[in-house]
Amino acid sequence: MKTQTVDFGTIMGSKRNKAVVENVAQAIFTVCASFAILAVASITLYMIISGTPAIFKVGLKEILFGTAWEPTAAQPRYGILYVILTSIVGTALAILIGVPVGILTAVFLAEVADKRVAKIVKPAVELLAGIPSVIYGLLGIYLINPLMYKLELLIFADSETHQFTGGANLLSAVLVLAVMILPTVINISETSIRAVHPGIKAASLALGASHVQTIFKSILPAAKSGIVTAVVLGVGRAIGEAMAITLVSGSSVNMPLPFNSVRFLTTAIVSEMSYSEGTHRQMLFTIGLVLFVFIMVINIVLNGILKKGAQADE
Amino acid sequence: MSEVCAKAPAAGMKEDTADTLYRRRRRPAESLLLGTIYGAAFISVMLLVGIIGYVFIKGIRVVNFEFLTGVTSALKGTVGIAGNFVNTLYIIVITLLIATPVGVGGAIYLNEYAKPGRLVNLIEFTTETLSGIPSVIFGLFGYVFFGMLGLDYSLLRGALTLSLMVLPLIVRNTQEALRTVPDSYRSGALGMGATKWYMIRTILLPSAKSGILTGVILAVGRIVGESAALLFTAGSARLLPKLGGSLLTNLERLGEKTLQSGGTLTIELYLQMQNGKYETAFGIGCVLIIIVLIINLLLKLVTGEFRRA
Repeated sequence: MKTQTVDFGTIMGSKRNKAVVENVAQAIFTVCASFAILAVASITLYMIISGTPAIFKVGLKEILFGTAWEPTAAQPRYGILYVILTSIVGTALAILIGVPVGILTAVFLAEVADKRVAKIVKPAVELLAGIPSVIYGLLGIYLINPLMYKLELLIFADSETHQFTGGANLLSAVLVLAVMILPTVINISETSIRAVHPGIKAASLALGASHVQTIFKSILPAAKSGIVTAVVLGVGRAIGEAMAITLVSGSSVNMPLPFNSVRFLTTAIVSEMSYSEGTHRQMLFTIGLVLFVFIMVINIVLNGILKKGAQADE
Repeated sequence: MSEVCAKAPAAGMKEDTADTLYRRRRRPAESLLLGTIYGAAFISVMLLVGIIGYVFIKGIRVVNFEFLTGVTSALKGTVGIAGNFVNTLYIIVITLLIATPVGVGGAIYLNEYAKPGRLVNLIEFTTETLSGIPSVIFGLFGYVFFGMLGLDYSLLRGALTLSLMVLPLIVRNTQEALRTVPDSYRSGALGMGATKWYMIRTILLPSAKSGILTGVILAVGRIVGESAALLFTAGSARLLPKLGGSLLTNLERLGEKTLQSGGTLTIELYLQMQNGKYETAFGIGCVLIIIVLIINLLLKLVTGEFRRA
């Protein structure tokens, strides 16, 4: 086999065989490249196929606007409004905390830190990105939850209506998510800050602006599209994260208030998949479909930003 | 005199026109901002050092020979992760066997054959999308799709699901590496009468070797850390393959294992954590962090070579 292919490559090999090999190679590569299309198409198709039956059974309005999630009750109810809101609010809060810290760290790495410090911090950030999400979850449940519980006892000491969660609440999950999006935000913002044309910085400094003014008024605005990309990717990461927050966020569906035990779109799937059946299981796939729609919207937005950025570069 | 020149207001800073070097005043707001920058960087670094240090110190106490080579069994009262370790290896190997050829092939098409147009745009878009889909969705898809194909909870089903997930990593890195191969290599080879496939095989792929390797190592990192996609596809068994007897039966048993359920290290960590067994969980966490450190080190080695070349 091996010697044959070598023959094809030489000038001595027969022309027809060469042409066959060439065409076969090209065909194989084309098929390989189409795999991504095939994968995304089948994922979309199967998410729709398995996510829609419950919609017809329960009714779209009841699902999207219902607030009661009682899938195992005698009269099961499948409202996921709170679950959707939790994902949105939780992601927004995580972004609110994680993005400023991330961008400022990126500024530090690209502009403020001297090279030796950056050389140590940068790989450290990369390492942060590689840590498995279950470990973040473990630390969340072991360290953040007890702290939250203390805070909860303090705040709601006199409240008679508050349901105590033992610290597994929205706020805990938000903190975990905020840490988890840091590496994404830092890496991409840093790259885009470094990609800013040095002339912009030089011009600003030459006009008498201080370094800090230059950073915030010239460099960051110039790196805008990269930073927006970083934020959008951060949103994607936060809204799609499951294992890290399944146990940290509590175990019941509630309004997304800071000290409530909540379910995210992702954690609802993970925590109920093992024991669900019938309509309940179909509902979990519907939740998956909702999450998928969110992600597709984010991807399309991202694609738009990237294209615009590429045009601006030209 | 030079100070006079600096009087000109900087572009885009209208509100600061009065602030010249002549009347240079201290800017408390600036020191505050600079302080915030340092503060943010400090928080990020402390988080990392804290996370790694804490898990390591907490976990290393549990890690011993028995923990690494034994199998968790409620019956015998033993705690060990050897089975999960083997499962993780299985998934890494099978996933890479599927995803590497497809990913490299796809990258070759995109970089060497494709002409800019609709198809390329679509491939680029779907590759980007694929890397943005959360692992829970991959899990649900793998559960339905490969379940429909007749696969029960098994390492193979997990690996098939994960190969879709790591595909973009390999495509992107290979593409990147192919782009850095100078065009003169291509025209040189073609000019000497080599066919395109021969040129790709003997010139391009060897030159892009370390870029491909980077993608593969990144993929390994992703697989090691993955959990949600595997929970619904590969299951959570922690048994070691039963070995013994002749070589042939051993091979057969190793092969059969691909069709059996198996939980990776991360899955086992999750289950232990769910049951409140934090000690074991931290032990596994410690092992995982060591693996991640090794992967990062390998990456540094490979990309270092990449840059020098």
